[in-house]
Amino acid sequence: MRLFYFILRVALKALANNKGRSFLSMLGIIIGVAAVIVMMAIGQGSKESVRANISQMGTNIIMINPGADRGPGGVRQDPSSMQTLKVEDYEVISQECRYVSHVSPEVSTSGQVIYGNNNTSTSVYGEGLEYFDIKQWEIVEGACFTEQDIQTSAKVCVVGKTVVDELFPDGQEPVGKTIRFKSTPVRIVGVLKSKGYNSFGMDQDNLIIMPYTSVMKRLLAQTYFSGINCSALTEEMTDQAIDELTTVLRRNHKIKEGDEDDFSIRSQAEMMETMSSTMDSITIILVVAAAFSLLVAGIGIMNIMLVSVTERTKEIGLRMSVGARGIDISAQFLIESVLISVTGGLLGVLLGYGISSLASSVFMLPTTVPLWSVVLSFVVCTIIGIVFGYIPAKKASSLDPIEAIRYE
Amino acid sequence: METEKKVVIELLDVRREFKVGDEVVKALRGVSFKIYEGEFVTIQGTSGSGKSTLLNQLGCLDTPTSGEYLLDGVAVRRMSNNQRAKLRNRKIGFIFQNYNLLAKTTAVENVELPLMYNSKVSAKERRERAIKALQEVGLGDRLQHKSNQMSGGQMQRVAIARALVNDPTIILADEATGNLDTRTSFEMLVLFQKLHREGHTIIFVTHNPEIAQYSSRNIFLRDGQIKSDTLNPNILDAAEALAALPVPQD
Repeated sequence: MRLFYFILRVALKALANNKGRSFLSMLGIIIGVAAVIVMMAIGQGSKESVRANISQMGTNIIMINPGADRGPGGVRQDPSSMQTLKVEDYEVISQECRYVSHVSPEVSTSGQVIYGNNNTSTSVYGEGLEYFDIKQWEIVEGACFTEQDIQTSAKVCVVGKTVVDELFPDGQEPVGKTIRFKSTPVRIVGVLKSKGYNSFGMDQDNLIIMPYTSVMKRLLAQTYFSGINCSALTEEMTDQAIDELTTVLRRNHKIKEGDEDDFSIRSQAEMMETMSSTMDSITIILVVAAAFSLLVAGIGIMNIMLVSVTERTKEIGLRMSVGARGIDISAQFLIESVLISVTGGLLGVLLGYGISSLASSVFMLPTTVPLWSVVLSFVVCTIIGIVFGYIPAKKASSLDPIEAIRYE
Repeated sequence: METEKKVVIELLDVRREFKVGDEVVKALRGVSFKIYEGEFVTIQGTSGSGKSTLLNQLGCLDTPTSGEYLLDGVAVRRMSNNQRAKLRNRKIGFIFQNYNLLAKTTAVENVELPLMYNSKVSAKERRERAIKALQEVGLGDRLQHKSNQMSGGQMQRVAIARALVNDPTIILADEATGNLDTRTSFEMLVLFQKLHREGHTIIFVTHNPEIAQYSSRNIFLRDGQIKSDTLNPNILDAAEALAALPVPQD
């Protein structure tokens, strides 16, 4: 232990005697570790913010879409297969499914809306009343459309804040005004509470919600839904709800045992998982790229240590002649390289932490520095120090004391 | 020869050969002698006489190809590197021509160095012994001077203190005055003679015949063999020689 302390002091002194060089060889590690930390912080931060956003939308949401789920990049499907969700499906779900608390059919389209001289392009969603519960929309001005509006396919709507801002830039009262979607006049009955941007940078307030019957009959003249949104009783019951929905819809669509579904059901939780794992892969790619810079930094350390060994050949010879064993010498150089890499790692963590907080405060990037990434950095730095210090240390300890002491 | 004295070094037909390319260079061709405790021996010889090789043998830095070397009764030839490192640490004090002090390091830390590799010596004892050794060589007032702040003579004194600090069986000096001017060389000789009087065993390798006059025994090497080995009946006093030197003009 005493010897270790002594060797540690010798290594510290050697580094102090060569401050400039020690720092330069540390710089590689500092940058490498900082890069890894920043990448992890951004990756983790975005993941958490995506999760937060999705769960804010409600993790118990279940979306039913027409057509079989062929996954991304699947074969383009026959348009008729996209027309499988009908009013009967909506009715049977609302009557029979016990694990489903809310259900709302959805028909969507998009296009330009006009009021006076102002226009904006937006998405129009035709929904049932329960949609507002499922997606947790609140009305801040006016009121929602009513069951009667749905029965009569009334040309009424509630609008998102962005639409209000675009169409009524002078601060006019939107409720009661009639706007036009394509050629159809639609009366505004309410304004939605703003939800702001989501983590993908999408404006969640740029939308118009109308009764689904109105969109189907007045705008699109179609009899099928583009989807059905449901919510499970609780998040835990999502799986049961999905099973139940599948059974009910298969029966309703008269799909034979063994045949493929002509609809697909996905839960918000599932989407969240997909998003997270996408985020994870992006993070991994970034971190691996940053990790390569650590490898290069390690080689830099090895290079400096080899120079240092050559330069201090005489000192090594002297130490050997006064009784240092090979292991004492190699320990000295190993500790030196580990000190460089671990100190570099420490500074790198601090730098990475600084950059991360800068990124989140200046560029509004969501960042979280995971503790394990700090721990990992230290472990990796120690390993780098040992691995890349080994060859120089070996070289130092295998010097012939006779030649070393007379080395000029 | 005073046979009742303790033998500290015994060489029995020591040979050392090197392979250089295809040729075998015989650096030592059968060297035998005994060195007794308290002797001040100079080993002289021209370049290529095998001086350095012999010094490496005596310093346990190298092992003989054949023959036997007993240091304080311990056979060195079959020792491992680590065993020899320990032997150097405990029984030998080296003094080199170019001092070999650690750069940017204080005198006392330089002197402590051999004891650092001896885990039996505590930090406190180490410091005390280093200070004592420095006082012995007349540097008691320069303990905290760094190696780059000292003159050649002072650096060599630090090196001598470093050689003394582990209380070695033998002190091995390799051209210890080779880099110093005449006056400083004599100052070193005064110091060596003082150590000799105090009972230290000193082996001084040199090619300077003048130094031999101040030692108690002279060994001459030529072509890897001992040419002569004589006791010096008339040891000169280095202090007198120093006093007789002209005072520097500046």
